[in-house]
Amino acid sequence: MIIEAQGLTKTYQSKTGPVHALAGLDLQVPRGTVKALLGPNGAGKTTVVKMLTTLIRPDAGTAVIDGIDVVRHPKSVRRIIGVSGQYAAVDENLTGFENLEMVGRLYHLGGAAARKRAQELIDLFELTAAGNRPVRGFSGGMRRRIDLAGALVINPKVLFLDEPTTGLDPRSRIALWDVIKRLVADGTTVLLTTQYLEEADQLADDIVVIDDGRVIAEGTSDQLKAQIGGHRVVVALVDAADGAAARDVLARYGSGNPSVSTDGRGVEVAVTDGPTALQNMLADLRAAQINLHDAGMRRPTLDDVFLKLTGHKADLSATGDDPDADGSKLSKRAQAKQVQARAAKTEMADLEKMK
Amino acid sequence: MSPRHTAVPAESTTPEPTRSEPTRPERTTTATGLAPGESRVGTLPPLPTWNPLTLWYSDGWTVTKRNLIKIKRSPDVLVFAVIQPIMFVLLFSQVYGGAIAVQGSDYTQFLMAGIFAQTVVFGATFSGAAMALDLKEGIIDRFRSLPMNASAVLIGRTNGDLVLNTISMVIMMATGLAVGWRVTSSPLEFLAGVGLLLLFGYAFSWVMALLGMSVKSPEVINNASFLILFPLTFVSNAFVPSETLPTVLRVFAEWNPVSSLVQAVRQLFGNLGTAPVPDIWTMQNPVLTVLIGITVMLLVFVPLCIRKFASISSR
Repeated sequence: MIIEAQGLTKTYQSKTGPVHALAGLDLQVPRGTVKALLGPNGAGKTTVVKMLTTLIRPDAGTAVIDGIDVVRHPKSVRRIIGVSGQYAAVDENLTGFENLEMVGRLYHLGGAAARKRAQELIDLFELTAAGNRPVRGFSGGMRRRIDLAGALVINPKVLFLDEPTTGLDPRSRIALWDVIKRLVADGTTVLLTTQYLEEADQLADDIVVIDDGRVIAEGTSDQLKAQIGGHRVVVALVDAADGAAARDVLARYGSGNPSVSTDGRGVEVAVTDGPTALQNMLADLRAAQINLHDAGMRRPTLDDVFLKLTGHKADLSATGDDPDADGSKLSKRAQAKQVQARAAKTEMADLEKMK
Repeated sequence: MSPRHTAVPAESTTPEPTRSEPTRPERTTTATGLAPGESRVGTLPPLPTWNPLTLWYSDGWTVTKRNLIKIKRSPDVLVFAVIQPIMFVLLFSQVYGGAIAVQGSDYTQFLMAGIFAQTVVFGATFSGAAMALDLKEGIIDRFRSLPMNASAVLIGRTNGDLVLNTISMVIMMATGLAVGWRVTSSPLEFLAGVGLLLLFGYAFSWVMALLGMSVKSPEVINNASFLILFPLTFVSNAFVPSETLPTVLRVFAEWNPVSSLVQAVRQLFGNLGTAPVPDIWTMQNPVLTVLIGITVMLLVFVPLCIRKFASISSR
C-alpha cells in the first residue's frame, strides 16, 4: 500500500456545536492504482486530501504515504506528492509558464531544470499558445490544466486530485478526463475525490463511498453496482398525464416500486428478467395507448448504489414528485448542498447528452 | 548525500512488493515498469544538492519574483501606490497648508516626514490583503504542499511591499521637492532617514501579514487595516504638532510609534525647524526608539507569522 490511513478524525467547532468532518476514516491505496473518494459535498473528501497532503493535522489517527508519516515528516511527504485542488491554485498575474517554473523552483529543481520542465508540461498539456499569457485571461478548463501540470512538475509518486473537474463545462471535463487517463495509464498512483459518480466510474479502479466522514462502502464500480443487482427499465413518456398509468404497467412486471421523475415523464423500475419484462411492458403500454419518447434497459448506476447505501441520492436531491416536500426540515447547510448538487446533476445530464 | 535527503529516513525503508498488488488489467506499463529516474510524463531532471541557506534564499527570491511580476502586471496597485502619496502631499501642503501654522517651521517642511511615515505604514496593508487573497484563492495550499521553506511566502510578500514602498517614496520626494520641501541635513543623514522609513514599513508588513492570515475574507482585511491605521497615523505628530491635541490624545500621540518615526525622520532630514521637542524620552531619542520598535516588531511577528502560515489552509 502506498497510502495507508487509519482512524482519521477531525472535528471542527461551530456555533451549533462540534462538526465531525471525519469520524474515524480508514483508507488504503495500493501502489499504481487509482482510488476515488466518492461522496456528496460535506462528506469529508477534501478534509481527507488535506490531511494526506500535510495541509491539516488530524485530531486522531495516522496516515503514512510511501512509508512516511504525514504528521511527523510533512516536508518529506511533500517531496513525493503532487496536489491539484478544487480551486485552480495558480497565480493570475503570472503566465502559465511562469506558474510552472515557480513551482519547479520551489520543488528545488533549479532554474534551468524548472524552465525545461515547465516547457515540457506546457507542450504536454497543449497550452503552447497560451503559455506566455497571464493566467487571468484563461478559461476555467485551461486554469485547471495549468494547476494539474503544477501537480506533475516532479513526477509525483502519489497524485492527489481534489474534485478536478468541479465547475468545468462538459467539454473541458471530458478533455481533463483524457489527460488524467493518460497519466493513469502510465501507472501513477492517484487519489481522486469527486461528487460525480460518472467521474469515479470513468477514472478509478476502486471506489470508496464516504458520507458524514465515514466510509460506507468500498469496491470496484462493478462490485458496488452488483450490490443492488439486476437491470432497470426506463421509459420516457410523451405526455406526463400518462404517468400514473405507465407506473401501473411497470409495477406489474418490475421487482420493486417504480419511481417517477420530477417532471413526471420518466418512469423507472428494477427488473429481474430484463428483456422479457421490457417486452411485456412495451406491449401493455401500447395496449393502453401510452405514447413513448424512449424506452430501454440500463445497468444500475452508482447513483442507484448511493441511494441504496445512504437512503439519499448522491446529490441529496429528493427523487419524489415534490422534491422540496421535506425542505423545511433540512438545515441550511443541507439545503445549500441540495442546490449545489442539483446544479451538478444538470451538468452531468448535459454531459450524457454530449456523449 | 544532500541535507534534504538525510531528513527522509522513512524513504529508504523496504519498498512495497508492487508486483503482488492488483492493477488494472489493461495497464501494460506500471510505475515499476519504468527505469529509475525515467519519467512518466516527460523527463524528470535530477535534483541539485544545495545547502539549507541556499534553499532558503532561493525560495525567498522565487516568491519575491512572483510578487514583483504581480506589481508589474497589475497597474491598479502601482497607480494606487503612486497616486495616493502625490495626492496627500498636494492636499495637505496646498489645501491645509495655508490654514495650519506650525511653530518654528514652514508647514510643508513639517508635513513631509508625516506623509512619508503615513505612506510606508499604509503600504504595509498590501501584505495583509495579499495574504488574505492568496489564502482564499488556494495558492497558499499550493505553496504549503511544496517542500519549500515555510517563511519564503512571507519573505517574498514583505519584499514586494518593500519595493512598492521604495517606488512610492521616490515619487513622494519628487512631489515634495516640487512644492518647496528641502532636505537640510547631510546626504548620510538623509539616507539614514530613508532607510529608517523603509525598514519600519517592512517590519509593519509582517504585522499586517499576520492580520491577513487571521481574517476570514480579504474584504475584512481592508476594513480592519483602516480601523488600525487611521488612528495610528492621524493621532500622531504627522500632520499637526502633538502639543495641540487634548491631553488623552496628546499622550497617545507622544507614545505612538508612528510619532517617533516622524520625529526621527524630521530630525534626519533636517526638517525640525526651531520648535521645541516635547520632553518625552521617545521624542528626545526618536531614532533609537524607532530602531527598538522595528526590532521588537520583527522579533515578535516574524515567528508568529511563520507559525501561523504552517497551519493555514483555504476553507
